Amino acid sequence: MAESYPEDLKYHAEHDWAKIEGEEATFGVTWYAQDALGEVVFYDPPEVGATVSKDHAYTEVESVKAVSDVFAPLSGEITAVNDKLGDSPELINSDPYGDGWLVKVKLSDTGELESLMDADAYQKLLSS
Amino acid sequence: MPPAVDTLRRTPLFDRHVAAGARLVPFAGWEMPVSYEGVRSEHLAVRTAAGMFDVSHMGQVITSGVDAEAFLQHQLSNDVTKIATGGAQYSVLCNEDGGVIDDLFTYRLGDRFLTVTNASNHERDHAWLADHAEGFDVSVEDAADRYAMLAVQGPEARAAVGRIAAGELPERMRTATLTVAGADCLVCGTGYTGEDGVEILAPPDHAPELWDALMAEGVTPAGLAARDTLRTEACFHLHGNDLSLDRTPIEAGLGWCCKLDTGFIGSEALQGAEPAQTLVPFAFTGPGIPRQGNSVHTEAGEGVVSSGTMSPCLGLGIGMAYVPVDASEPGTPIEVDVRGKPREAEVRAKPLYPPKKES
Repeated sequence: MAESYPEDLKYHAEHDWAKIEGEEATFGVTWYAQDALGEVVFYDPPEVGATVSKDHAYTEVESVKAVSDVFAPLSGEITAVNDKLGDSPELINSDPYGDGWLVKVKLSDTGELESLMDADAYQKLLSS
Repeated sequence: MPPAVDTLRRTPLFDRHVAAGARLVPFAGWEMPVSYEGVRSEHLAVRTAAGMFDVSHMGQVITSGVDAEAFLQHQLSNDVTKIATGGAQYSVLCNEDGGVIDDLFTYRLGDRFLTVTNASNHERDHAWLADHAEGFDVSVEDAADRYAMLAVQGPEARAAVGRIAAGELPERMRTATLTVAGADCLVCGTGYTGEDGVEILAPPDHAPELWDALMAEGVTPAGLAARDTLRTEACFHLHGNDLSLDRTPIEAGLGWCCKLDTGFIGSEALQGAEPAQTLVPFAFTGPGIPRQGNSVHTEAGEGVVSSGTMSPCLGLGIGMAYVPVDASEPGTPIEVDVRGKPREAEVRAKPLYPPKKES
């Protein structure tokens, strides 16, 4: 897919996105992140029920050459993981904002939202 | 941030890599293509059709003089006298302790020998050989700047090269000087993928024309990432991973190319050696990707992964590991600790791909 940063998402400087729906959010990695990684060949989802903390690594994705940590843009508890990625980790490359989502999280502190960037601010970060 | 680009060397094909959409990375002091379209498609192109790798970063040493054969016999682990004119031979270069300085292909070209070195070891190899030349009537020349090198590999590789070459391509483990795409090249029936194919040593200023001619024949550009997945499936050693100064070639399963009675440097240290560990291929039986340095647990003791990756052909994590000799039989279950997660694996026979046919 072509480079894009949807307007309806919030962004974290470690190249993660969050889609906020009330007190729940879906997390994934941005187009920039998947492009930098190259083809993702393995993803081992975290456990449902695990706690994630904003700015801390909660899972990892692997390309042929490297293992990369994925950072949580917000804190909370994992309520769902994307099981499709076990067999098709390449969805992280082909559809990072759709079928390539990583986890759904029940947020513990919606006040953290203020620290995230909108699409414009994130693209400014990328071009700086 | 990667190291400053202006400190990295570029091969004569740099512009071709950029034009082909390569992702370029620093590798052994060179700015090299790690992938173009993607490692999976490049890997499969080599397994099913033909791919080409720019390996111009690899070095060459030319040894000549009346003592050239005797000198190399004293340096290289294999029996150099067995290389026929126009023939190729694999060997290792050892230090006095039997540690592996590099692994090398050597070609006999009339009265000279051409030895191909790994990029990251080239200067050390050349210095080692030059330093040990005293007492021999030989010249040991660093010839790395004289050659660009393209590896064309895959079941259709020979046909593709054959269409742009004047004359018959050399058989496996043979070399021939042929006009390829309009200039004289040294064509070698060798490779690093487990597929048939050739390696072409070309004058550097001819490399772009050669590349273009191979592109026109439908050969797929392939990068370092595919080179690594292919060689790991084929169980070919990589110096710095599977070979090092800390391991002997016997441990590494390269006893077959160590002819101890030739008296090469390191041969005394290897006499009668019965190492506790040996290098084995393995494959995961479940999820995960092994990585270099992961520890290995077996019923016979501990080991360590020397190379690990995801096999595009098997769809499994694969690699090579040093394990206790008693845990080295194919089929032996082992466990690999991948950053704290225990992953199930089993020792396999060589090569991991294509799998050996049952006889």
